[in-house]
Amino acid sequence: MTSRPAIKALACLGASVLVVAGLAACGGSSESGPRQLTFFVAIQPGGTIEETAARCTEESHGRYEVKPELLPNDASQAREQLVRRLGAKDSSIDVIGLDVILTSEFANAGWIEKWSGAEKREATEKVFPSVIETASFEGDLYAAPFNTNTQLLWYRKDLVPNPPATWDETIAAAEKLGRADGGTIQVQAERYEGFSVWANALIESAGTEILSGPEKVDLQQQPTEEALAVMGRLANSSAAPANLSTSNEDTARLGFEAGESAFMTNYTFAYASASEEAPDIAKNMGAAPFPRVNSHPAKPPLGGFNLAVSAYSKNKDLAFEAAACLAGEKSQLTAVELDGLPPSRSDLYSGKDVKKAYPGFAGLVKKSIEAAGPRPTSPAYQDVTSALQRTLHPPDKIDPDDTEPIYDELKSNLEAAVKREGLL
Amino acid sequence: MEASAPAHPNPPAAAAAGQRSRSERRLAWLLCAPAVIAMLAVTAYPIGYAVVLSLQKLDLRFPDQSEFIGLSNYGTVLSSELWWTDVFNTVFIMLISVAIELVLGMAIALVMHRAIFGRGVIRTSVLIPYGIITVVAAFAWQFAFAPDSGFVNNLPLISDEMDWFGGRFSSFAVIIRAEVWKTTPFMALLLLAGLVTIDGQLYEAAKVDGASAWQRFTRITLPLMKPAILVALLFRTLDAFRVFDTIFIMTRGAQDTESVSILGYNQLISRLNLGLGSAVSVLIFVCVFLIAFVFVKGFGARVQEGRPGG
Repeated sequence: MTSRPAIKALACLGASVLVVAGLAACGGSSESGPRQLTFFVAIQPGGTIEETAARCTEESHGRYEVKPELLPNDASQAREQLVRRLGAKDSSIDVIGLDVILTSEFANAGWIEKWSGAEKREATEKVFPSVIETASFEGDLYAAPFNTNTQLLWYRKDLVPNPPATWDETIAAAEKLGRADGGTIQVQAERYEGFSVWANALIESAGTEILSGPEKVDLQQQPTEEALAVMGRLANSSAAPANLSTSNEDTARLGFEAGESAFMTNYTFAYASASEEAPDIAKNMGAAPFPRVNSHPAKPPLGGFNLAVSAYSKNKDLAFEAAACLAGEKSQLTAVELDGLPPSRSDLYSGKDVKKAYPGFAGLVKKSIEAAGPRPTSPAYQDVTSALQRTLHPPDKIDPDDTEPIYDELKSNLEAAVKREGLL
Repeated sequence: MEASAPAHPNPPAAAAAGQRSRSERRLAWLLCAPAVIAMLAVTAYPIGYAVVLSLQKLDLRFPDQSEFIGLSNYGTVLSSELWWTDVFNTVFIMLISVAIELVLGMAIALVMHRAIFGRGVIRTSVLIPYGIITVVAAFAWQFAFAPDSGFVNNLPLISDEMDWFGGRFSSFAVIIRAEVWKTTPFMALLLLAGLVTIDGQLYEAAKVDGASAWQRFTRITLPLMKPAILVALLFRTLDAFRVFDTIFIMTRGAQDTESVSILGYNQLISRLNLGLGSAVSVLIFVCVFLIAFVFVKGFGARVQEGRPGG
């Protein structure tokens, strides 16, 4: 027979177990010594992040320690990791390596701090104007430019003596070579941010823009249709690799390094990668400007990272200092030396570090950055890019001879996306 | 009045027995209480919160613009072509993969039941695909079917350049293949549990009566296994409706292969649109509930009876 005291004892035990479990979840740790600043940034294979973090920790003379937390290399996935934490007001993030497309979104949501005064002047000294634009929102600077990035047309000098200047010429040259002899063009057309990069580059090269304001769709009909026709033509020709609809920067460079393609549009890292992985191919690797769509000057993609300070950081002053060091001139030179990332300061391009990383095409990289067309800036950028990817992917569904239906679909989807309506 | 006389000595004993069972029941509730409270906190609160969120227009990227909008999110979701495409995709994958798993699982269960040598080894090795983490298995199958790195295109009868992930139904084929490979063992085990409850003498009697193997299967095995089959189908169907990992890894929802779970993920995590995302989550919950309802009330699946010895 169970007695009252026994029941009471059991109930108390049960309740106390729950309470203890609850308390155990709240743990705290006090720190003494240098403040730890966590630096959320995408992995760089050459070791740039580790080296700049170590150097800036040393230069702080014991006041802070920069601890890198590595994010995935995929822009969409890195973004997801950041927005989850910042949306929940996580105070464990101090400095963020922010992809250029994220500045508007994060600034509008109040997740990153403004830069002003001497720090702002120092961060923007001699930086390309277009790069400063990517780190700004509504006229204020929200991040310190670190590295930029752009795409070139890489080609095989032994198969193609004179590089083509337009997309149509590239497609024709590849078709002439024939699929078995390297007659394919490597691009990035998987359904991810890289596809938006390509689509935006084509549209801007054709002479129009996706957005003319944070909530206003531009997309003039004739240039857009020309750009879409190029995409459809490439995807439906023999110059398209078999894995076109799942291609990204990595599969593209692998295809080029395996000798399967004579042409590739990819970022500047492609040369360093080929030199290491496939030296025979690298010997014959030439760099040309990003192809044009029509008679308009080409607008190559503009990528890169800026360093921002989280609004929820507990050590904002130190974080600003650390970010300034991590994005400064010495760090930019480390980045170009170890990972081939183009510096955002234009005066570094005449120096020997850049010339060594880009033998023979340093000037081309600088010109490409100056001519580059950034992706649309809007706090709703994530919706815009989702709508762009969803409408145009897979690219072989675009009929190059009848681009009006896909143009209408794209325009209406973007207009809904900019207002953040509907499911995406 | 005669009947009540011998009943006289009983009432005190009966009353004592009643009170004992009542206090035992109360003890049982008290002992269950911590677990029930934990379960409610972990399940009821998030579900309730999701319902509350789904009635608001709330986007974490625009924190000052949230407002209460009632059922408007549900209207957006249910009138969206994307939602219905995803429901179709999910149901398509669910029906085909569960059907294949049922047939294959039954075959494997029969083999496991009849095995004389190495029974333990067979049963363990059949479980290996189920033990592999879904994401890892999805990656493995993705690499196998990728045109540039996989072995599938090198097999005879398959074109070398076949881009499996370039088309909608070829992607479905790969996804269903990976799902079937992964969860058929689970189905086989559930069916085996039902198989062992069938009395062997029934088969012997049928053999004496001249029944063929097929007749024995359809007239004895299947009817007696009905509870086990229904339970296995119920579990697998509920799981299959919530398919996420395989599709996410292989195509990320491209080529119109998106499932409702990925749709919810995109709205909630990618777009941080908590209102729409919560509406999608609640609708998925409703669908899952409907499936369970259909199985339990419609087909008469009884979770307790499906177990051996129950």
